[in-house]
Amino acid sequence: MKDLYIYTLRIADCSLILGQRMCEWCSKGPTLEEDIALSNIGLDLFGQANGFYEYASKINGDKSADELAFKRNEREFFNFQISEQKNEHFGTTMVRNFLRDAFKYLFYTELKSSKDETLAALASKSIKEVKYHLRHSTNWVIRLGDGTNESNIKVQKSLDFLWQFTGEFFEMDEVDEKMLKKGIGVDNKRLKSEWDKIVNDTIDKAKLKKPKDGYMATGSKKGIHTEHLGLLLAEMQYLPRAYPDAKW
Amino acid sequence: MQSGNTKYIWELLNSVPDPEIPVISVVELGVVRDVTFKDNSFKICITPTYSGCPAVKTFTDDIKTCLVENGINNFKIELVYSPAWTTDWMSEKTKEKLKKFGIAPPAKVVLCPLCSSQNTQLISEFGATACKAMHKCLDCLEPFEAFKCI
Repeated sequence: MKDLYIYTLRIADCSLILGQRMCEWCSKGPTLEEDIALSNIGLDLFGQANGFYEYASKINGDKSADELAFKRNEREFFNFQISEQKNEHFGTTMVRNFLRDAFKYLFYTELKSSKDETLAALASKSIKEVKYHLRHSTNWVIRLGDGTNESNIKVQKSLDFLWQFTGEFFEMDEVDEKMLKKGIGVDNKRLKSEWDKIVNDTIDKAKLKKPKDGYMATGSKKGIHTEHLGLLLAEMQYLPRAYPDAKW
Repeated sequence: MQSGNTKYIWELLNSVPDPEIPVISVVELGVVRDVTFKDNSFKICITPTYSGCPAVKTFTDDIKTCLVENGINNFKIELVYSPAWTTDWMSEKTKEKLKKFGIAPPAKVVLCPLCSSQNTQLISEFGATACKAMHKCLDCLEPFEAFKCI
């Protein structure tokens, strides 16, 4: 049960943290349409996170979905480090989302056939949304990469920086292995070739250069993060921690 | 209403409007999936259109209010995720209502709800609510919202 709990929590954390990053764009989008788009994506991500947190809370029982989101500390979060990376400029946000969306698209496609009925149902719901998130981020990566000289240089830099965080997608630790064996979890390693295909295709179309695999960040499965997560949580959790019984 | 008349419950639910698109009911939108009667209690299964749809909370409360106002207290509402909501569940009649309201119904070729032209263009995949995208008619030049096909 503990493994299933952790497994579910990881999926939820990934959506919640990126959702929070999307919120930071609210009222600051480059155009009105994009402002709405980024907030909408954030909303989808929160919805997905909520579904997975509710399930995690049901499995474990000692914390509600809200408590899982707002009353855990940095080291208790298991989101991929790429989700917590700063938005920087719009191009960086789009490259980060694209790399992650491509993985999530493949991940949820597999999770749809999980033997765990709830995870399968949540995945089949999430995949519909991730599909158009991926379309959105892909289009922007192509548009900016194949845009002006300046936009190309900027997103190439974003891609070069963010590349180190893509190794985590395909890691398999004990929890993953156990879940895979039970027919509940996904074989992340197996998703690599499909992910490469999607990424290569878009990078080509965007006239960008694929970064070489060098140092790859790791640790989020153990709760190890970059410094950005703590700052993000401080802002996100402030209100429920300062006013524990606050109601909407 | 202890007899378990689920048909009556469906009728009542059909009078609950969607909070964001009030011309159609929650039944027509397809978010009410099932109504069953067991152990002297109704179970109403609802599903969100999008995971983060903020209207879910509102229409859950609206459903509760409607049932209680009609003297029904023996019910519970359950949120289900499978099968995932799809615009395929929308009837032709519902689509017609959307069109009249100025929202292009879900379709492969998006028609302008004002002049019915096929000559339309997607402006943004995202709109004022999670379920809609923004389009523009290239003939009558009106911008409009369209229901996304999912």
